[in-house]
Amino acid sequence: MISSPYISQKTSVSIIMLKVMLALIPAIIAYVWYFGPAILISLTLASVTALGMEAAALKLRGLPIKPFLMDGSALVTAWLLALSIPSIAPWWLIVVGLFFAIIVAKHLYGGLGNNIFNPAMVGYAILIISFPVPMTQWASPDTLAGAHLGLIDAANYIFNGILPSHTSGIDAISTATPLDTLRTQLKLDHSVAQITQMPIFGAVGGQGSEIIAGLFLLGGVYMWLARIITWHIPVAFITALALISGVFYLINPAHYATPWLHLATGGAMLGAFFIATDPVSGATTPTGKLIFGAGIGILTYLIRTIGAYPDGVAFAVLLMNVAAPLIDQYTQPAVYGHKGNKS
Amino acid sequence: MEMEISDSQFESRTMSRTLYQFNGGVHPVEHKDVSTQLAIAIAPIPQMLIVPVRQHIGQPSKPCVSVGQRVLKGQIIAHAENYISIATHAPTSGIVSAIALHALPHPSGLSDTCITIASDGKDEWTERTPIDYRNLNASALRNRLRDMGIAGLGGAVFPSFIKLNPGVPQKVQTLLLNGGECEPWISCDDMTMRERAAGILSGAEIMRFMLRAETVVVGIEDNKPAAIAAMQLAATQCHFPVEIVVIPTLYPSGGAKQMIKVITGKEVPSGGRSTDVGVATFNVGTAYAIDRAIHHGEPMISRVLTVTGNVHQPRNFEVLIGTPMQNVINLTQGHPDSVSGYIMGGPMMGIDLHSVDVPVVKATNCILVKSDKLFPPPPLAMPCIRCTRCADACPADLQPQELYWFAKSNNFDKAQKYQLFDCIECGCCSYVCPSHIPLVQYYRYAKSEIAATQNEQKSADHARDRHETRLARIEREKKERAEKLAQKAVAKPATTTADDAATLAKKAAIQAAIARAATSTTEPS
Repeated sequence: MISSPYISQKTSVSIIMLKVMLALIPAIIAYVWYFGPAILISLTLASVTALGMEAAALKLRGLPIKPFLMDGSALVTAWLLALSIPSIAPWWLIVVGLFFAIIVAKHLYGGLGNNIFNPAMVGYAILIISFPVPMTQWASPDTLAGAHLGLIDAANYIFNGILPSHTSGIDAISTATPLDTLRTQLKLDHSVAQITQMPIFGAVGGQGSEIIAGLFLLGGVYMWLARIITWHIPVAFITALALISGVFYLINPAHYATPWLHLATGGAMLGAFFIATDPVSGATTPTGKLIFGAGIGILTYLIRTIGAYPDGVAFAVLLMNVAAPLIDQYTQPAVYGHKGNKS
Repeated sequence: MEMEISDSQFESRTMSRTLYQFNGGVHPVEHKDVSTQLAIAIAPIPQMLIVPVRQHIGQPSKPCVSVGQRVLKGQIIAHAENYISIATHAPTSGIVSAIALHALPHPSGLSDTCITIASDGKDEWTERTPIDYRNLNASALRNRLRDMGIAGLGGAVFPSFIKLNPGVPQKVQTLLLNGGECEPWISCDDMTMRERAAGILSGAEIMRFMLRAETVVVGIEDNKPAAIAAMQLAATQCHFPVEIVVIPTLYPSGGAKQMIKVITGKEVPSGGRSTDVGVATFNVGTAYAIDRAIHHGEPMISRVLTVTGNVHQPRNFEVLIGTPMQNVINLTQGHPDSVSGYIMGGPMMGIDLHSVDVPVVKATNCILVKSDKLFPPPPLAMPCIRCTRCADACPADLQPQELYWFAKSNNFDKAQKYQLFDCIECGCCSYVCPSHIPLVQYYRYAKSEIAATQNEQKSADHARDRHETRLARIEREKKERAEKLAQKAVAKPATTTADDAATLAKKAAIQAAIARAATSTTEPS
């Protein structure tokens, strides 16, 4: 029998996921502008692969395929993973990543709503550990690249590994990321000030990538205004990352990069607004979200500066995912009538 | 504290008050204006009135009329039984045609005892005795309200006289009249305030006297400007200070706890009552009913209710208690779409009616006729993605996504730890859920399972107690018997002689009888 309430808001998981994808579009446009159209190929490939895997997993689990496929969660995972790895990576890289994201991290854990870990970040972590070489060959900004890859060239490279004849080799189209550069150059005892004079760096972050980071932030603000996310996790993440990097920067500016460099590079903005805010695998209480976000910010910094990987967002998110249930348990807000009367 | 209003008297009416916020809340489409276009109409007297003896929270009233008896309008037909109970009255004059089980508007769909009265069409009143409340003390007034069948019309139908007994003097500083009416579609309180503002405040005067409340506040949502104006006008003509507080329209601000929070900033403690924070809350319709009961001698035999939704002419009616709902629905001139069901109450907290062959009761504030167009069947429920829109919407500050998880996995201990029983079932969580999960149904399930377990536990405890008592009794009896035997054994020598004497006497009697028999047998032969 039906019981009250008999009305509901016109909203759905699909609408939420569509809005998340909408929020990513400005950054994707900038991506194409600065790094060429390869990202469009990897996004398309990721979308098709993710939907196929999702459908297969739903069929195996005996669930209705259409409503679950339409929820859009697989597409969001696909896009986030595609945006987290090099756009010119070989086709199988994203396929392997999505297998771990969709099949292992999501469906083996019980499907939508039951995954402990952020699926896209599981995919990313597996890839960076297993295939570090293709995972660090990022497309050069068009302003620096020795050769420009058009749509067909990019497809030919992604699917067949064949570069256009006019290019001299992989180095002509790819480069290390700003964080990677920072890391290697610091080991060579160069100062941060010297390093950031290198061409890969832009005004505050990386050449081109700083604009994309800004647009991720813009998309995040849109999601906040559209009430897709609350402010807690991004603000806590960004504040914690800025604070900890600021403290180290003040202690030794020659060896520690500026807070704005940390915020504008790597996965910081994508992570703060689109990945750490994944509700399924994150903390849910207001205080819990602050702790969760701050934890990711701090861990990201620690992994970047003293860890073995140039960026730390993915591992920071996964580590905090583990802590989310515990954080929630200890940050339950006071229920009405249990607060005592202060006024 | 909030004392600033108490002595400043009439200026206080225009004083702006700091309002507070409760967490969350939702803004469903109101649909209220459709039923406020026409004035309250008096519904005609039906041929048959089916009056349940239990329309209130507490003990059912006890019938005191018999089948075939003629009753007058306003006559008591069932007396209040025990403390938490009120009397029931004949809504019109006529003949009692049955005292039997009848289906009631209740989610269980169960039947209960109803007194059926066949109207004689005369609508002849019993003797009414208007009273000047100042001539009675609070206790006598309470008895009067009990006999007048006054229960809260806001939905809970709790006997009002009990709430008007503050126990400790000065416990209630504020009498809060609730004109929030936050549920969509319903407009009966709105219309009552528009048309009967003076009566409402006249009732408030009595309640204020009974509670010895310092302040009288009427809380009204800002989507009812006409009602606000009417109440403000009535307040200026009233000889005690009344403050009309306009609060933002936000469901469920008409919930007593939420309104108290909005107006006073205080939270009613969990498991406590509003009087714990010095506030007594009554629905505006109840205040009007109290005015009718005391100043006019009219018991609660009718109420104003909204008939709306899938009907051609939505409207408010003053309806006699016991009128079959179908009769009231018939007054709204048919349905634009095919009827898919009926709700008693609003779309957020109302109950689904199995049929409208049930009487209007004191709790019936609205009959909402459904169509698939107005109330489409809910879409397929998707898994919870822990987006916490429910927590953002919850006016009780709960974490509905956690409660759902615990209820679904039958983890009732955890659900209680997360304060399941502070859930007021307002439906905000289900309303905002993007996965369309019927969350409230899960909480109702968990609550009833916990209640069932506690009942089982109670009866198991009871059975164990009885068993243990029985064992103890058997043991005690055994011991007593043994003691008795032991006593007997000690007392034996004395009793033996007595026994012997008795035996001797018996033997002698037998001998005598034999001798008598011998002589008698010889005689006739």
